[in-house]
Amino acid sequence: MKILVAVKRVIDYNVQIRIKEDGSGVVTDNVKMSTNPPDDNAIEEAVKIKEAGKATEVVAVTIGEEKAQETVRKALAVGADRGIHVKVDNSLEPLAVSKILEKIVDKEKPDLVFMGKQAIDDDCNQTGQMLSALLNWPQATFASKIEVKEKSLEVTREIDEGLETIEINVPAIVTCDLRLNEPRYASLPNIMKAKKKPIEEISAADLGVDTAPRVEQIKVEEPPKRKAGIKVANVAELVQKLKNEAKVI
Amino acid sequence: MAVLLIAEHNNKDLKAFTLNAATAAAQMDEDVHAIIIGHNSGDASKKLSELPVIKKVISIDAPHYENFTAENFAPVITKVAENYSHIVCSANTFGKNLMPRIAAHLDSSQVSDIIKVISNDTFLRPIYAGNAFATVKTNDSKKCITIRPTSFDPCESSGGSAPIENAEAGEEFTNTKFIKREEVKSDRPELGTARIVVSGGRGMQSGDNFKLITEVADKLGAAIGASRAAVDAGYISNDHQVGQTGKVVVPDLYIAIGISGAIQHLAGMKESKIIVAINKDGEAPIFSVADYGLEADLFEAIPQFMEELNKLNTIQK
Repeated sequence: MKILVAVKRVIDYNVQIRIKEDGSGVVTDNVKMSTNPPDDNAIEEAVKIKEAGKATEVVAVTIGEEKAQETVRKALAVGADRGIHVKVDNSLEPLAVSKILEKIVDKEKPDLVFMGKQAIDDDCNQTGQMLSALLNWPQATFASKIEVKEKSLEVTREIDEGLETIEINVPAIVTCDLRLNEPRYASLPNIMKAKKKPIEEISAADLGVDTAPRVEQIKVEEPPKRKAGIKVANVAELVQKLKNEAKVI
Repeated sequence: MAVLLIAEHNNKDLKAFTLNAATAAAQMDEDVHAIIIGHNSGDASKKLSELPVIKKVISIDAPHYENFTAENFAPVITKVAENYSHIVCSANTFGKNLMPRIAAHLDSSQVSDIIKVISNDTFLRPIYAGNAFATVKTNDSKKCITIRPTSFDPCESSGGSAPIENAEAGEEFTNTKFIKREEVKSDRPELGTARIVVSGGRGMQSGDNFKLITEVADKLGAAIGASRAAVDAGYISNDHQVGQTGKVVVPDLYIAIGISGAIQHLAGMKESKIIVAINKDGEAPIFSVADYGLEADLFEAIPQFMEELNKLNTIQK
């Protein structure tokens, strides 16, 4: 089996974001960037499947500006075999991303496409499902466990009510939860080796995909701040405040 | 054109958040129709027709809809959507799984997880784990919108009598097979709709110690929440997780015990009316959103808390 893994470069999850003064977006210049966390789980799972002898090749793909290539390089350092960088100048909506990925799937013919369930910047949670629809492939979203069978996967999904298990025939799409696995760190020798692995560069324009935005971002603003609270001295005071001041118990 | 609301249900009853989604749908256009897809779901269809905001119910019933598989749902909803300007459902795991599939079929750029309807094409939605709010306007002719259920009040659940129209089922998608669902049954209120939530974090140190959280929750008639760290450590099951990638809760009272308050956790609870934090680290970020903070060892504080609660004559439930 061949596995294509889509990775996205986002502001690092530990960074407290800042909003631009003109309300046009979030400051990204000179801000630490990383791979979207659940995309790391997607790469890890693909590499583990390959190590178990159940996949032949893991290809990492990213869509983004020049520096997005760092996320592909990182994927190569933890075990992906080669990379694809689809170059675009501005950030794309999930619909456009899924259309580009559809073109890459046509070209690469993977049996599986993995990605994180959600990007932590726009919090959309759409791309995997949209790609599945465009390809008419089965989808297993929010995966916390994957068992690879001959021509199918048995996937445990995290849902609001608990867990759901489904079986999907390949080719298929899986979107990964953070609990799927523990992503490994790249070792220095592997980081060096990754520099020699090939990354194919493709211009989005050459793929013939309409990436024009459909949704206008009118403004980005700070959420309302909570009023500062107080520290209570002891449990008795806490219960008294909850009962008589906040009147919630 | 009218709004099409996708009902979430279990073939017998409507899921609670369908009522919140109906409120949001009615703010986009007063003409709200609802589609319900399932198997032997007549009871749920009837309950849907009783929501006063719904003008018409479209019911589709077939064996392959029993388990709500998105691959089966999306094509039939896409077909029905021809006659509608908006398609709406909750941004919970049901809607998150389903709506993008419909949006892609309709070539529409979905707007996820809105918290406010500004006009019928402009919405407010949180981004970056709720650390920024974006106002967005969609220019697509078919608008696919998922709504954050806790940001909209539930609609009235009785008094309406919308006509129920049956529509034809689609073909079965055979490449996805449902195997099982493991639902955690509990007599406690549901996490997403509870008036009080008591949550534990990594500070609980073990699954056994979560008993302490359970006792407080039972005493207050509360739901139980958890941070991702506590779920990852195996102290409690995933359906309790509150945060950016878990559930978003907006209770009257949120009690965070042994939770440091990572950005990702705050994203799921900081809109709560009253927040209490109990943590021995006085510098923990959870205190920055807490109305009442108690810097204390939770293993001493919880028994004292129970004692004080027991002294009260009455507790609101």
